[in-house]
Amino acid sequence: MAIEVNGKTYETDEEGYLTDINEWNEDVAKLLAEQENINMSEQHWEVINFLREYYNEFQIAPAVRVLTKAIGKKLGPEKGNSQYLYELFPYGPGKQACKIAGLPKPTGCI
Amino acid sequence: MAAAEFTTPELQDFPAIPALKPDAMAQSKPFVASDKINAAIGFPGELVPDWEQKAVGRLGELLKKYRSLKVYLDACVHCGACTDKCHYFLGTGDPKNMPVARQDLMRGVYRRHFTLAGKLFPKLVGATELTREVLDDWYKYYHQCSECRRCSVFCPYGIDTAEITMAGREILDSVGYGQKYSNEIIGKVHKIGNNLGLPGPALADTLQGVEEDVKEDTGVDVRYPMDVKGAEVLLVTPSADFFAEPHIDSLIGYGKVFHAAGISWTLSSKASEAGNFGMFIGNYEQLRTIALRIREAALELGVKRIVVGECGHAWRVAYSFWNTLTGIGAGANDPFAVQLQSQLDHRHKQPAHICEVTWDLIQRGALKFDRSANDHRIVTFHDSCNVARASRMGDTPGGQFEIPRAIIRAVANNYFEMAPGTTHEATFCCGGGGGVLTDELLELRVKGAMPRMGALKQVADQHGVNFLATICAICKAQFTKVLPYYQFNRGMVGGVHQLVSTAIRLGSND
Repeated sequence: MAIEVNGKTYETDEEGYLTDINEWNEDVAKLLAEQENINMSEQHWEVINFLREYYNEFQIAPAVRVLTKAIGKKLGPEKGNSQYLYELFPYGPGKQACKIAGLPKPTGCI
Repeated sequence: MAAAEFTTPELQDFPAIPALKPDAMAQSKPFVASDKINAAIGFPGELVPDWEQKAVGRLGELLKKYRSLKVYLDACVHCGACTDKCHYFLGTGDPKNMPVARQDLMRGVYRRHFTLAGKLFPKLVGATELTREVLDDWYKYYHQCSECRRCSVFCPYGIDTAEITMAGREILDSVGYGQKYSNEIIGKVHKIGNNLGLPGPALADTLQGVEEDVKEDTGVDVRYPMDVKGAEVLLVTPSADFFAEPHIDSLIGYGKVFHAAGISWTLSSKASEAGNFGMFIGNYEQLRTIALRIREAALELGVKRIVVGECGHAWRVAYSFWNTLTGIGAGANDPFAVQLQSQLDHRHKQPAHICEVTWDLIQRGALKFDRSANDHRIVTFHDSCNVARASRMGDTPGGQFEIPRAIIRAVANNYFEMAPGTTHEATFCCGGGGGVLTDELLELRVKGAMPRMGALKQVADQHGVNFLATICAICKAQFTKVLPYYQFNRGMVGGVHQLVSTAIRLGSND
């Protein structure tokens, strides 16, 4: 499978996750978000950028708890919970946000 | 995530036998593993050209290796006792999800190739060739079984459909037609050490964060150690406990129990996963290789006890298979198993379930609780299938049912049982076990959860139950996903040690 952004083709897996994380850019993220029926706001970008930073350091998406804590620090304690993340990414912050951030899908019993 | 649309079944009073809907789930199948995923774990990359011959050959080998498989394929008299016992049949109405029909997909091929009557008079005895259509049905319907074994409880012959499903998946893998979800995860365990693909540094960072949080919440320095040589206990738990919610709240609970009891413990970056998907795909070599990581970690760290966290199928593997696979528990006699046996402290159960450890400490008065801390919760307990029907805890029959409940009663004031026939050995699967906890099978998972959701609704309506406690990472993830489809709050599922964590008194025990 593949998606096309600005005339360039990007390969994805069966589930729509970007095959090569290094090919990611903001326009790709916008299209991936659109496919998930998500309109990217500043709050969405905060999460996506944190995911990418964390991934660059640890080669894995952050645990939900790590993510909520970081978002709480940045955007205020009332937003540092998974309910807030579900509002931004209704399918589940773990998988849906990872997809838009161009990260591989987290696997296992999650 | 653009999933195909489907309708959530309406909840009915249990038990309700659905009208048959032939082929209702014929479209449901998981993604096929890519050649890269398969090659990484030694399976053929894609469907091999001579798959029919190879698959029948592999079935023949399995029949020789597992006498149980042959007995199960021979013994069925089609009495029908199992037909309405499968949660996937109850939720979907697809007749191929009746356990007997699931078995018959393989039984037909077995009769054609391995019985005299089937070789001579195939049509008279329901013998079938392994056509591409049949192979595709295997792929679809052996991935619509969560290997929960509820049907086997009701079968007068004790036929275990899970073993047939496992054999089906093993044969499919042997011809390059395996499932992406399970096979990708198995590759990650070998490469990185856990199902998530969580590398050591990320695990260390997460554990440090947990220590900070617990300190902030309680004021007490509870440690969540990793790779500590000479610790008494090695805790092996599903990697979801490090990553997901509500799983991580149980991890916090394990740490508090060890802290309060003064037991030194450690996690291992090498064996940072209790789960063993080798069992789900019915592959003995994978099952063994994955289990051996835990023995290696135990030997390296020099621990005296091995304790398993809240993971249903891991406890089945640990309780039932670790002894001969790894020498944890008695049975294996290779040098490393013997070395491990001499290292472990046999005054304790080896391996032990975290619930056994906690319950033992409670009985000895080593833990103190403030039960009112859980007063905002009205709790019920969901028996996870692999714990309920494939293992035991404690020293008496039924301990696997009683011990988790006894812990809940010790830490919470409000507890109610779901209807008989939906718990204990007759428990309904969460709908996501056995290697089907993947997004493309969401329709199956939602529909398969229907019987459990019906039983939950009864106690929610009658008693105001608002907390579904369980001891399995798959159950926790599955319920988090499917509860909203039945108008429940996703946050109402949690672990038994999450309840322990809420009520336990740290520091001064006076």
